[in-house]
Parts: sequence; C-alpha cells; structure tokens
Amino acid sequence: MPIIKFTHHLQRFFPTLAPQSIPGQTVAEIIQELDRRYPGLAAYIVNEQGGLRKHVNIFVDGELIQDRQSLQDAVSEAEVVYIFQALSGG
Amino acid sequence: MSDRLLLGTNKGLLILEKRGKTWEFVSESHRAIPVSYAMHDPRHDTLWACLDHGHWGTKLHRSQDGGATWEEVPAPKYPEGMEREPGHPATVSYIWCIVPGGQDQPNRLYVGTEPGGLFQSDDGGDSFHLVETLWNHPTRPTSWFGGGRDYAGLCSIVVDPRDSRHVTIGISVGGVYETCDGGETWQPRNKGTLACYLPDPHVESGQDPHYMTCSPSNPDVLWQQSHCGVFRSTDGGQNWQHISQPGGPVYFGFAVATDEHDENTAWVVPAVADEFRMAINGSLMVCRTEDGGKTWQELRNGLPQKNCYDLTYRHALDITGDRLAFGTTTGNVFVSDNRGDDWACIGNYFPPIFSVRFA
Repeated sequence: MPIIKFTHHLQRFFPTLAPQSIPGQTVAEIIQELDRRYPGLAAYIVNEQGGLRKHVNIFVDGELIQDRQSLQDAVSEAEVVYIFQALSGG
Repeated sequence: MSDRLLLGTNKGLLILEKRGKTWEFVSESHRAIPVSYAMHDPRHDTLWACLDHGHWGTKLHRSQDGGATWEEVPAPKYPEGMEREPGHPATVSYIWCIVPGGQDQPNRLYVGTEPGGLFQSDDGGDSFHLVETLWNHPTRPTSWFGGGRDYAGLCSIVVDPRDSRHVTIGISVGGVYETCDGGETWQPRNKGTLACYLPDPHVESGQDPHYMTCSPSNPDVLWQQSHCGVFRSTDGGQNWQHISQPGGPVYFGFAVATDEHDENTAWVVPAVADEFRMAINGSLMVCRTEDGGKTWQELRNGLPQKNCYDLTYRHALDITGDRLAFGTTTGNVFVSDNRGDDWACIGNYFPPIFSVRFA
C-alpha cells in the first residue's frame, strides 16, 4: 500500500493534508479515495473529465505517470506516490 | 452611487472604499491567486470571486460577510464525456464572468467560461449546469474559436430587466447570441458587426465582441466593443451599427460602459489594435459619446499622457451614477466623479487588473 505525499502548496486549501497510506490499484483510485477523505481535493488535481491538470505532476516511485487522461498507472506495488505541482509561470 | 470597488487582480481580490474624500484599501482576499472576475450580487448581498489557479484549476468562491470570509463552492463543470472538439475533452479552463439572473429569479446565476460554455445555477450558486442548448448550437464547431486565449470565451451576459427569459450573450470569438425563451433556443445576432480577421467579415457567427452590455434605461439598446470596432444596436441586437471613428481613436479596445439613464451615452477606453494592445501614442484616454455614437469626446484630464502602456481589459471599466472607474494591466486605478470629465488615480502599483466592479 503506497504512501501518498503532497506538495505543501495544497495545504493552503486542505490544512490537514498529510502523508498517508491509501490502498488502490491505480492512481485514479488513489485520487478517488483522497477526495473521499478530503472533499473537493480531486478537483484540484484533476479536471472534470478525470484528466490530470496541465500543471500538476504525479510520480509513482519517482517515475512520472504515463496516463494523464485516465490515471490508470498501477500503484498497488508502489511504495510512494508524489503529487506535485509542475514548475511553471512566474 | 457606490463607494466600494472590487478589483479582480493577478494577485487576488482587492477591495477599496471611499471614505470622506479619499479611497482607502479595505481588504485583500485570495492572496496571490489570480481573480479573473469579482462582483457583488445585491439580491443577497453576496460577493463572488472567480479564481484562476495556475495549477489547481478554476474555482468559485462566495462571501456573505463583505469579504471577511469566503466559501468555495463547486465550480462549473462540463458533463462527463463532453468534448470541446472531437477527441478533446471539454474542461473549464477559465471563468470569465458571473452574472445575477433576473429580479424574479432570486437564486439564478449565470457563469461564462472558456471554452465558450454558459452555466446556470438555480440554487444560489450551490451547483451549476451547462446550458447545453447553447453549447450544442450548430455554429459552435465551425465558428467559435480562441483569440487572445486558446479557446472561445463567453465574456458577456445580459439579462433583460423586463423579461428574465430574454438573455443575450457575447462570445469572444463566436459572436452575440440571443434567447427569448429562457434558453430553449438561441439565435446569432451579429448583423452589421465586422470580423476583420476573417476572409468574410460579415459572417453570421465568428464575430468577436470583446464585451457587450445594454443601456439600463432601454435594454433594447446594446453596445459592444469588438475586436473590429464599436457597435450599437437599438433593436436588441437584430441589427448593429458601426459607431467607431474612421481612423480612431475609438476603434479597438475591450471595455464599454453605459449610462444608467441615457441610452445615447457610453464610454470606451481605446487602445492600439491589435497586435500591440497598449495605450495610443503612450497616452491614456477614455472616450464618451452622448449621441449614440455619432460623435466621441476624448477625456484625458487627470490621465497619464506620456510614457503610458496601460491597457484596460473588458471587465475593468464600470459605472455607478456619475462615477466611473477603470483599472489597467499596469496596475493603475482611475476614478471620475463627473462622468469622465476629470480623473484621479486612486492607486498605483496594484497587480495587473482583470476586473473592476462597483459593489
């Protein structure tokens, strides 16, 4: 069961957000469970069609996920899932 | 006449108030988050702020205590599976505006978005749904497209104060559309406007109204500052008259404001078209017509007249009584208490300003 870690920027909107273990087979399932634990959080990470927002990155054990549209990358064997914001803008 | 200003800026919502003879900075909300639009809904004394997080998407917030605290409400969403174009999911990439419904619709709100979606709420903003009749208009796939941004933006929403089922909207780029049956059907209303960037400038759809509004004393009188001139209609958009000045300065710009009592009076803030998008000859002016666009006066008193690069966006000019206010991309805010004859700068050094609305 992977540990989910977050950019600290998300704590501005979800102050109690902290690294935590979440069961799931795919990144999409992780996001779904996160939204159950923190209502509204999913809308910060993915758009209304389920795609990863343009300037958000998710790494599974250090590897950028491949499926940004439906988030089907496997996580069941992973140790750490990082949810970061991409570096962009000024 | 209102003494309160809401500034939607690149670094948050700023609220200014006139106390005595001076305008004072009252509060800052949503620090460092771009606020694309903010307005006060007098029906419920509610403030609304449209946020454009660079990373986390578009959000909608409301305040029922004058901006002291804010509540995030679910932002408008395109229905699951909906596509902007074949193979490309439709997602809200920008909230252009939020507008109250009619007086007989106390819980109705409209939201205009990129890419070209009109959303409607009938529960005071707790939830929104896409107005699919407009989204599915047969002209959308071929005639709506991006201009300054990537996709078409629904930037103008005019609810007829005499009949709430009569709504006119403006899409940049797409054109003006009207419903007379509460949104069941929509008709393009662009006859007489010009799309100077297309092979056929007289297309029925594909026009670019940067901003459109009506004269409150006669809502059949519509005004639009388009990409290719200023236009006025006296028949609810059935026909538009080109009221720009040959050779300018009244031609290109984004914002237009109308007089509350006089259907012949309006103000625009001209700029250099269109690949430049800056003040004309380095000097700032507002132009006013008091005869329905036959003639224009240049109003410069109190505005910078050299080394000026200020541009005023489409939602960054507003009016209350005889008082006008506008904000610029350079972070300046100017106010006139005499219908534009004289201006005073009430703040420099603000972030780039996207919207200015009296509250």
